[in-house]
Amino acid sequence: MSESPEPLLSVQGLEKHFPITKGLIKRQVGAVKAVDGLSFDVVKGETLGLVGESGCGKTTTGRLITRLLEPTGGKVVFEGRDITHMSQGALRPLRRDMQMIFQDPYSSLNPRHTVGAIVGAPFRIQGVKTEHGTKKAVQDILELVGLNPEHYNRYPHEFSGGQRQRIGIARTLALKPKLIIADEPVSALDVSIQAQVVNLLEDLQNELDLTYVVIAHDLSVVRHISDRVAVMYLGKIVEIADRQALYEAPMHPYTTALLSAVPVPDVKRRTERERIRLQGDVPSPLNPPSACRFHTRCWKAQEICKTVEPPLAELATGHQVACHFPENAPKDAVPGDAGTAVPA
Amino acid sequence: MSFLELNDLRVHFPTDDGLVKSVDGLTFKLERGKTLGIVGESGSGKSVTSLAILGLHKGGRAMISGEIWLDGEELVSASAEHVRTLRGKKMAMIFQDPLSAMHPYYTVGAQIVEAYRIHHHVSKAVARKHAIDMLGRVGIPQPERRIDSYPHEFSGGMRQRAMIAMALSCDPELLIADEPTTALDVTVQAQILDLMRDLQQEFNSALIIITHDLGVVAELSDDILVMYGGKCIEYGTAEDIFERPEHPYTWGLLGSMPRLDRARTERLMPIKGTPPSLINVPSGCAFHPRCAFEGRTGGKANTQVPELLETEGGHLVRCHLPREERRAIWENEIKPNLESV
Amino acid sequence: MVTYIIRRLIWGVVMLAIVSMTTFAIFFLVPRLAGATSDSLAARYVGRTANAEQVKIAAERLGFNDPLIVQYGRFAKGIVVGADYNYGPGVERCPAPCLGYSFLTRLPVWPDLLTRLPVTISLALGAAVIWLIAGVATGVVSALRRGSFFDRASMSIALAGVSLPIFFTGIVSLVLFSYGRPFAITAPGGSFTPFFTNPVQWAYSLLLPWITLAFLYAAGYARLTRSGMLETMNEDYIRTARAKGLTERVVVFKHGLRGALTPILTIFGLDLGLLMGGAVLTESTFSLPGIGKYAIDAITSQDLPKVMGVVLVTAFFVVLANLVVDLLYAVVDPRVRLT
Repeated sequence: MSESPEPLLSVQGLEKHFPITKGLIKRQVGAVKAVDGLSFDVVKGETLGLVGESGCGKTTTGRLITRLLEPTGGKVVFEGRDITHMSQGALRPLRRDMQMIFQDPYSSLNPRHTVGAIVGAPFRIQGVKTEHGTKKAVQDILELVGLNPEHYNRYPHEFSGGQRQRIGIARTLALKPKLIIADEPVSALDVSIQAQVVNLLEDLQNELDLTYVVIAHDLSVVRHISDRVAVMYLGKIVEIADRQALYEAPMHPYTTALLSAVPVPDVKRRTERERIRLQGDVPSPLNPPSACRFHTRCWKAQEICKTVEPPLAELATGHQVACHFPENAPKDAVPGDAGTAVPA
Repeated sequence: MSFLELNDLRVHFPTDDGLVKSVDGLTFKLERGKTLGIVGESGSGKSVTSLAILGLHKGGRAMISGEIWLDGEELVSASAEHVRTLRGKKMAMIFQDPLSAMHPYYTVGAQIVEAYRIHHHVSKAVARKHAIDMLGRVGIPQPERRIDSYPHEFSGGMRQRAMIAMALSCDPELLIADEPTTALDVTVQAQILDLMRDLQQEFNSALIIITHDLGVVAELSDDILVMYGGKCIEYGTAEDIFERPEHPYTWGLLGSMPRLDRARTERLMPIKGTPPSLINVPSGCAFHPRCAFEGRTGGKANTQVPELLETEGGHLVRCHLPREERRAIWENEIKPNLESV
Repeated sequence: MVTYIIRRLIWGVVMLAIVSMTTFAIFFLVPRLAGATSDSLAARYVGRTANAEQVKIAAERLGFNDPLIVQYGRFAKGIVVGADYNYGPGVERCPAPCLGYSFLTRLPVWPDLLTRLPVTISLALGAAVIWLIAGVATGVVSALRRGSFFDRASMSIALAGVSLPIFFTGIVSLVLFSYGRPFAITAPGGSFTPFFTNPVQWAYSLLLPWITLAFLYAAGYARLTRSGMLETMNEDYIRTARAKGLTERVVVFKHGLRGALTPILTIFGLDLGLLMGGAVLTESTFSLPGIGKYAIDAITSQDLPKVMGVVLVTAFFVVLANLVVDLLYAVVDPRVRLT
């Protein structure tokens, strides 16, 4: 990971609150804080993994970054330009540089268009002229993602799930983007196909110098492809760190619990593994717990966790965590610095 | 005779495009109190097998042959009505997505009560008490209140608990769970797996868990059956499958999944190609077009269907490679790569 | 829930206001585009014996020279509080809801509509019961025996039912089944008898129109039910129901049909609402004095106030049916929350 002075993507205090209305005149009575103050940078060439359980806001975050949704607060800065409230028209040229891969390879491709038309659409929409014509360019991309270029005239239903996801990837690559947001890119695929697509994403990153933000719930997949990982819980980042630090010495109890919950294909150790079992489900983002949102399920929670929200503090180099009682923290680190703590 | 025995079970579906051989000669045994994990990708025939055991293909277009022995009774030749009376009582099923698997218009309680009363002639009040009791046992808080909720008012984890309560309401001796945790979040998945493990011990039922997730299988199973193209390609104890697997497909599955319990590998080792179409199953060994070692079978791979043979102590493998060579490949070529860099 | 209903009622009133404005605008403009002047319009009210001077005065009194907006305001006010009509010979009080006076009969429209409503309601409700039962039953059996002879035959008949117009099926049934014909199933007399006068005679007089009208709708409902059932019977929860060991009968009727009925309910409500505005073709074919027949007569004689009355009454029933359907939806499907 290279340290560059200006990150490719910078997210500062990003918020998305969906209003809840009530009564005769639809008066706003509250808000679902789907994303509630996210800050992180993504530098060129790296992969940031965004993990969390359903309702944590990871998909909303992806849509905010690509401006499929408009943030209600905070800033999204892409290549030094503030795109937070840019109009759709002004965004259009930027869409070339920022693309999205979706989860479901079945529903994200128009069944009535040929592969050639689907992958070639970005050229037409952006009005890009290519040296040897669009068809040649599309066939080159198909080859790049491991599809047969001769399948140019086939329809999506003639392909298997894995191949369809390759078509989806080919479409995003058409205009040589700089940043790709991948929302659960492999979770709808069979195990053997998942690995193919993960490898493809890695190869493409090396070849085309891509930057990824990968949104996923599968912690092992995220570890495999990410350089840095952010863990989200109910609209907030609770921990963000380099891959190795996060997986080997997680500081936030939630991260620890998540890692412990992943079933591991190791029969010898299944009886001896120490398990941390969280009680209950993720609370509703409609009415999240006060202060530290994890305190209702945390085995380390104390009184302060219910009253003072722990800030996201850097406890080791590049390792930020929002917890009053972090695990694996260096001795001199001051968790949840009292000076910056936000009273709930 | 074992509690459950499948003997050369075949489930074929005639379609306009040809005969779909979803399950093509499946044989296995399962005792009470034991757990069998059936692993396979989409189209491997694992779900069709479970529906066949429950007799849910009866009366449909499926052509079923072979034998299914449950507690000394043969089910393939039994009447549909007789199998129906066993369903829900002697054998029950937990489905993947509890949101779509429960009727959206009826309360959770009504659906459990219905399941109980079809097999027990008791009053509604008695059945309701039983349902509350079951909901409590699967860990739903305030069951006497939640029993009147609709499925959509439950969270994903609670719904799956309710589904389990429904399946267990008649104390079945055989429980089949089809991808029971696939739709759930990881922390909730862990809770449900714990719950299933505990309940199985409590009820001493035979459990079949069907999944694509090797991690889930490893957590629960005593024995594991790996399916590919409608056939069993490897069968053994959990240790056999995870410690000394002998089929190239099993190796491929293990190489495909990133694992948290080991150091990160630089690259995953996927299986090339895609799962076979069940209409045009490849000739010979169905796996041969995707097999990395197909060349070492001396040309048998695409002409002869390999037999499922015992390699040692109940560990069965369907592969043309000689036993010694398989072991050598595992030890020297596969295992070191899985161990990571 | 209550706020929802109130909000929907407010919207309903707004909708009706918009409908009334649109129809008023159309009916205000149509005669003028055809070359009519305020005077020629007023002439229709004062009668043939009136001279030009009287007509002019009447036009002024009736407000035909006022701007469109003012005339609409008077029309709307008439619906709410009633109106006074003053065309020369004397002032006539038209109580609310005043939908105006007929050009031809010089009688207010509203009481006319009221006398015709029972006929239309009788026709619509009776036919609805028949088509619901026949259509849903046919659809269910077709879905369960997909591809069978019954399925193909009933779906072919359904196709015919949807395609054949009432004036064809109606006349065929009149020729075959009315009194004195080979397969008579109606009593002599044939004209409409109110339910409260003689229920048996009521049913007898309406049997043929019911069947004819129901045939048209049952066909559509059979197709709708069939496709709905086919879809529902593939749902996961049906598999669950079977896995519980329920008998097929319970699976089909308690779990399957319940799921498939929701869209049918929607269409049913809207169809019924529309029919309250008169089954024009059926009523004309069988000479039933309902709202549809009234509308047709009004249109052929260019009696604009009557036509507007029918349009408004129909709109009212459609808006009402929409609201009822949405409320029923919440009753049928617990996932639907009315907010």
